[in-house]
Amino acid sequence: MIEISSNIENIVYLFSASLFIIGLKRLASPNTARNGNRLASLGMLIAIVLTILKYTDNNIEWIIIGIFIGGLLGIVLSKYVQMTAIPQLVAIFNGFGGGASALVAIYEILYPRETITSIFVLGAIAFSTALGSMTLTGSSIAFGKLQGIVPTRPILFPLRNYLNFLLLILIVFFVIVMTIPNFSSLNILYILIVLSLLAGILIVIPIGGADMPVIIALLNSYSGIAGAGAGFVLNNPVLIISGSLVGASGLILTRIMTKAMNRSLANVIFGGLGSEDGSKQTTTNENKLVKSLNTEDAAMILMYAESVIFVPGYGLAVAQAQHQINELANILKNKGADIKYAIHPVAGRMPGHMNVLLAEANIPYNELKDLDEINSEFDSTDVAVVVGANDVTNPSARTDPNSPIYGMPILNVDKAKSVIVLKRSMASGFAGIENELFFLDKTSILFGDAKDSIEGITREIKNLDNI
Amino acid sequence: MDLLSLIIIFALALFIGYEVITKVPSTLHTPLMSGSNAISGIVIVGAIIIASNADGILAIILSVVAIVLATINVIGGFMITDRMLAMFKKRRNKD
Repeated sequence: MIEISSNIENIVYLFSASLFIIGLKRLASPNTARNGNRLASLGMLIAIVLTILKYTDNNIEWIIIGIFIGGLLGIVLSKYVQMTAIPQLVAIFNGFGGGASALVAIYEILYPRETITSIFVLGAIAFSTALGSMTLTGSSIAFGKLQGIVPTRPILFPLRNYLNFLLLILIVFFVIVMTIPNFSSLNILYILIVLSLLAGILIVIPIGGADMPVIIALLNSYSGIAGAGAGFVLNNPVLIISGSLVGASGLILTRIMTKAMNRSLANVIFGGLGSEDGSKQTTTNENKLVKSLNTEDAAMILMYAESVIFVPGYGLAVAQAQHQINELANILKNKGADIKYAIHPVAGRMPGHMNVLLAEANIPYNELKDLDEINSEFDSTDVAVVVGANDVTNPSARTDPNSPIYGMPILNVDKAKSVIVLKRSMASGFAGIENELFFLDKTSILFGDAKDSIEGITREIKNLDNI
Repeated sequence: MDLLSLIIIFALALFIGYEVITKVPSTLHTPLMSGSNAISGIVIVGAIIIASNADGILAIILSVVAIVLATINVIGGFMITDRMLAMFKKRRNKD
């Protein structure tokens, strides 16, 4: 322990927090983003070193052991995990952050340095405990779903909305009870912990895979807000600043995601899309026929295309076909075709999921276009290739007021001159809705695993070139 | 610090967060999540503070678990973000 005045302490913390803000600001461009992330980690290092120097007197060996174990696990997880597994990794890291915030708050109640009388501090403790615990179990379930341990389809138990609503009310009630000085007993704390852990599980378990981007963004903001709460508990400004930055970030992403689905947050959490509502809609296209084609046909179409837009979706991640797409795209580029990628905000399982996958395959990020940029370009495009995307391309979101996804902004793939859809089977997307796009005259479907299909197309193009 | 100052800090940080983060392009939303996630691991500071005062086996276990969780969050979060950002490349000029 070194004597450091609280003024100096706060100035150093402010410096750390400034590095976080500058770091996040540098995420505004891919050119500066890596540097920004490093600045933020420098800020973190400074804050940690200061804290150890100022506060640690006893237990330094335990603290070092804890940092060593956590650091080792963090390094192993982040170094060796596959890029396709990023969403579940981010989900579980999130859960750990929330869990740590909850533990800090719980500790302050179990082992108070002096009797806590401030209603506000008691409230912050209760709030961090509840939110942190929910984040821990919610993120674990999200991790399980993304990893395939927990079924990804929405698990809908009877009366779930009433039960979840009741749980939330009870949690709010016990948070309020805990703020009454000298009244709260440890039993109330334990009840609050159990209810919050349970709520995290029950709220995330009915969420379908395609709604994961919303939930992960929301849990991200929870872990931030829980951290800010812990900052109020410990009277520590750097925790408050960083926690609110993350809270704001998560909330903004949540809003972007729900907007891109034309749904409210409440609808995502309580709606359970992809279940009972969806199945009623599916009968209309039973008698319609789809046109299928083989890799040779697809190769012929693509060889003579001057402009091609790839439309990736979660199926791309499942098939891990990003490198194959890049190879095909490079061949087409050498033939003079203009190649772009259309990225819907909710394609994949987390915000920006497709961008990371395509970046992994060395696809330059300036070829990736978002919804607003690309939608006007489809009608002047020769071929749109849909790789494992479904609902985000469904024109009935534009045209059919009875469709459950009506009003959701979609990629106007149907406006391209011709459309090739790579699909495993005719199963419908997460919303359980038939996709009109598949039945259009200009659409042909190439059945099979996306990776194999794209490899096949590439091979055929090379063969045709040799003739 | 008194409560009012802390609340003011909280409110201002929310505004800064909003301003800074709305400027992040959708291309970088995944690194934004994992990077901000790592920043939320700042709760490690709190975990270290409580561990320094911990007395008794349960207290030590609680605080060390908090440190482990927060450290995974911090180190793992920053490293995975760095790994992702290293992949984002601009179109190379044809030569």
